[in-house]
Amino acid sequence: MRIETPHPALRATFSHKGRREGPPPTPTLQSPERRVLAMAMSVELPALERTDAPEVTARASSARLRRYTGPALGLLLPVGLALAWEIAVWAGLSNGRLVPPPTKIFATMVELAKSGELSRHIIATLSRVASGFVIGVVAGTLFGAISGYWGLARRLLDPTVQALRAIPSIAWVPLFILWLGIFETSKVALIAVGVFFPVYLGVMGAILSVDRKIVEVGRTFRLSGPAMIRRILLPAVLPAYVVALRVGLGLGWMFVVAAEFMGASEGLGYLLIDGQQLGKPAQIVAAIVIFAILGKTTDWLIEIATAPLLRWQDAFGGRSGAA
Amino acid sequence: MLTLERVGKTYPNGVHALERFSADIQRGEIVAIIGGSGCGKSTLLRAIAGLDRASTGTVTLDATAITAPHAKIGIIFQEPRLLPWLSVADNIGFGLSELPAAARREKVARALDRVGLADKANAWPRELSGGQAQRVAIARALVPQPEVLLLDEPFSALDAFTRRDLQDHLLDLWNDTRPTLILVTHDVDEAVVLADRVLVMRPRPGRLFEEIKINLARPRDRHSPLFDSFKRRVLTALDRSLDRNVPDADAKSTAGEAMWW
Repeated sequence: MRIETPHPALRATFSHKGRREGPPPTPTLQSPERRVLAMAMSVELPALERTDAPEVTARASSARLRRYTGPALGLLLPVGLALAWEIAVWAGLSNGRLVPPPTKIFATMVELAKSGELSRHIIATLSRVASGFVIGVVAGTLFGAISGYWGLARRLLDPTVQALRAIPSIAWVPLFILWLGIFETSKVALIAVGVFFPVYLGVMGAILSVDRKIVEVGRTFRLSGPAMIRRILLPAVLPAYVVALRVGLGLGWMFVVAAEFMGASEGLGYLLIDGQQLGKPAQIVAAIVIFAILGKTTDWLIEIATAPLLRWQDAFGGRSGAA
Repeated sequence: MLTLERVGKTYPNGVHALERFSADIQRGEIVAIIGGSGCGKSTLLRAIAGLDRASTGTVTLDATAITAPHAKIGIIFQEPRLLPWLSVADNIGFGLSELPAAARREKVARALDRVGLADKANAWPRELSGGQAQRVAIARALVPQPEVLLLDEPFSALDAFTRRDLQDHLLDLWNDTRPTLILVTHDVDEAVVLADRVLVMRPRPGRLFEEIKINLARPRDRHSPLFDSFKRRVLTALDRSLDRNVPDADAKSTAGEAMWW
């Protein structure tokens, strides 16, 4: 099974070997042709001796085909389930009242979109997530960097931050409402708190785990403090930072729902509550689907924005990450 | 001239790693430091590099006391320690950031050519083999033209063929500008093939035990009887440095080779 699909794992193992022992057989797996060649080689080892041209091109086209069938494979299950449910409701096996069929969900979305409601809710939620995320990331990065860089600050600051982290963030809601009112500020604050902790932890952990040996290289070239940060620490920390950002964003999306549950007149969370109170399951599912799409899209945006900076990584998933 | 005067080091945890090590090393000389583990070889090298400060004594290079990394002193570690986010060319140019871009590019290109990796200029470090990566590290250390180049067991992680190849290559590169080379090694062969002088150290605490001059013309033939006799002298000294009672130098050569460390 593994052998048939050119799984990223295979490519990774292959290149890993090349790096370790002697002159690598196919060192760069970056250009498509080479990657295809590497695939062909990992698929069928005896083919090494007889790499005649038609063979290779045939494999190249089938590999190209597979690259598109890969994502399609992932869609098979949800689309299949949706289709099955649609047919079940259409055939009268279920009335689809509590679990509305896909067409009904889609119709609800279209209806909301036509009236301009949908974009209003999406913009409300997106702007909350965005401002909460930005505040959380800035604060998390700042405090994480301070705690990671200065031992004294870490001993002073970290225990308190860790204690605060142990508090379930939802527990802040009543306090935030009392302090900041029931409008936007308290919502953004809750999201920012959710984003802060993973970013703080990620940045601090990443700085603490920068390889001493690499830092020593910087020292032998007499880098000043700022140059050391710019030329050694920042690039070394970047991969972990991107992960922290993505985790933070995920929590931001989680907390926006909690924030919008605590009394909102617009936003996707409001659509959820409204759907529950007025008994409109299609609206609830529509909001959930939009959450999924927005969450995935924003995560993907971070991924593609940072991919060029992380091309150098030699990691198990490194090569498949960009695709 | 590099002068080491009664250099000693006691680590904060109380380990007495090095005691009163003194030596004068001439410009352009190649010195190998050899000894069993725990005899302070790396400690000494790090003190010369200015990475760690000696607890006692001084390191001076042409009347400048070395207490921090110095522009005229380069170091090559046991691992290549390339920066994985920079291309091979950028890694080599890492220490040249003060130069204008054009001059830097030219120097890097020449160095790449010199270590035989011109075709790898834009590769990532992860794409190199162990020997290639170490050659990049050598180029990176040599490109700012240091007067003293320190090497801390630079080839010990490589296989025997690559090691031999790189030893010859290093000598070849050394011949360009003739910097002082100070090489810490475990490998008697390596010490004798490269060095003008071998300093044998003894452990607990690390100190200088014996100095052996290798009066052999370069290039050296690894199979000549003279080469062998120098090797045997170094091995004998090593054995004695570890307090092994060796009755007769000639009889024990093969046993010592396997046992000294």
